[in-house]
Amino acid sequence: MLRVSGLTCDYGPVRALAGVDLEVAQGSITAVLGANGAGKTTLLRTLSGLVRPSGGSARFEERELTRMAVEEIVRLGLVHVPEGRGVIAELTVEENLRLGSLVRGGDGGSLADAYALFPPLERRRRQPAASLSGGERQMLSLARALLAGPRLLLLDEPSLGLAPKVVAELMAVVKSLARERQLAVLLVEQNARSALSIADHAVLLHLGKVVAAAPAAQLLADEKLLHAYLGY
Amino acid sequence: MTQFLNLTLNGISNGAIYGAVALALVLIWRATRIVNFAQGAMLMLTTYLSSAMISGGSPYWVAVIGAVGCGLVIGALVELVLIRRVENAPPLNAVIVTLGLLVFIEALAGMIWSSTPRSYPAAFSIQGYKVGSTRILFSPNDTFIVGMVAVVALALALLFTRTNLGLRLRAAAFAPEVARLLGVRVGRMFSIGWALAAGVGALAGVLVAPSTFLGPHTFDPILIFAFAAAVLGGLDSPLGAIVGGLLVGLVLSYVSGYEGEALAPLAALGVLIITLMARPTGLFSAARERRV
Repeated sequence: MLRVSGLTCDYGPVRALAGVDLEVAQGSITAVLGANGAGKTTLLRTLSGLVRPSGGSARFEERELTRMAVEEIVRLGLVHVPEGRGVIAELTVEENLRLGSLVRGGDGGSLADAYALFPPLERRRRQPAASLSGGERQMLSLARALLAGPRLLLLDEPSLGLAPKVVAELMAVVKSLARERQLAVLLVEQNARSALSIADHAVLLHLGKVVAAAPAAQLLADEKLLHAYLGY
Repeated sequence: MTQFLNLTLNGISNGAIYGAVALALVLIWRATRIVNFAQGAMLMLTTYLSSAMISGGSPYWVAVIGAVGCGLVIGALVELVLIRRVENAPPLNAVIVTLGLLVFIEALAGMIWSSTPRSYPAAFSIQGYKVGSTRILFSPNDTFIVGMVAVVALALALLFTRTNLGLRLRAAAFAPEVARLLGVRVGRMFSIGWALAAGVGALAGVLVAPSTFLGPHTFDPILIFAFAAAVLGGLDSPLGAIVGGLLVGLVLSYVSGYEGEALAPLAALGVLIITLMARPTGLFSAARERRV
């Protein structure tokens, strides 16, 4: 459903992506791994339209994304959950969620569905999102993205700064969403082990290039490769 | 005692105007993090246009609606044509652009309408109400001013908290990038924010013009008082703008009533300095110091 080919992106003289190729199939989870500065976040920002690539293409169900505006890409069902959780701290939990459901006028489900999936959010619905814990913020970001009616979720470092137990719960939710809703997920992570534990496929980015692409289980078993590029 | 009452009422009426202009400043600050120094000039321009409509034979109410309509359009145009180009530039660029706009509009108004102040009609009688045998310094027109500002402030509060447009406006103001990722057309929201602000400003212009007269520079002091009111209220709080406006209005009224008119601007700045020393973020600001 998503086909990226030869995607190149420059920040001034710095080449952040140097011809990235990858594919994401419907209902599958693809992990994008790599160290700091490998181009993972740039890849997601290019796909969601925040960054204009200098070359290559990214097609989502035959629509070319690289020339579309951010606001239109999200309406295609390609929803980006940015790094650092991206909740709007000044708005309440409920207002954050309403913002998500505005994308498709409620086609992405009701707020009640969101609360059923993440019960802690309901108890805090009238509180400003600034008062949430890190794990709750991640729940809120994910719930809000789901209300936007995604078919492809772009998750940027959802495990960042969360306790291992919370990360495990989160990964389980992502996995079940992919299965139950036929949702495709592009999961960017530094936390390779937890990402690979739920992913079907994985690509390894290094200095803006794909250096390995394989089924997740195969990559997980390749100690030498992981050690070389991720340091463990 | 009568004098105190009179000064209080007068302060509330003037304070409502300062509050409305402060609200315009706050709306723009919230939307685009720009202090619009041209706000006074913009509302002067819309009041002149409204005055021209009256001279051309339009009824008063049509001219008031015309002023607000012109304000909405001018606000959106200023954002689209001028501010859009400096939104991502250093903040000083926007300051210079709005100052340039201030000078431009004031010069333009002087060229078209001359610099001699003219009168502008009031909606209702400006003769104070009679209480017993004395007339107090609060007229039916003052009631109208305070009422209109209250209605507009309430309408804006409802717009921001109860509607989807208001939610999008706030999201665009607080977190433009996240808002875009959720499909909010942030540029359009900024234009709407500027339009609303200029509309509120235009209303304040036609409300205050009967008592100040209308000339290219007559609204300059109002912008300064409104700026003090907005900062007093915390610059990003609409409620704070109104409360700040009333506070500034009262202080100015007491000081000019008891100590003489010349001291009034000094008093406004005094209040501003004391508030900022005691509460640097203003009275109603939601912003906290950020840890880095």
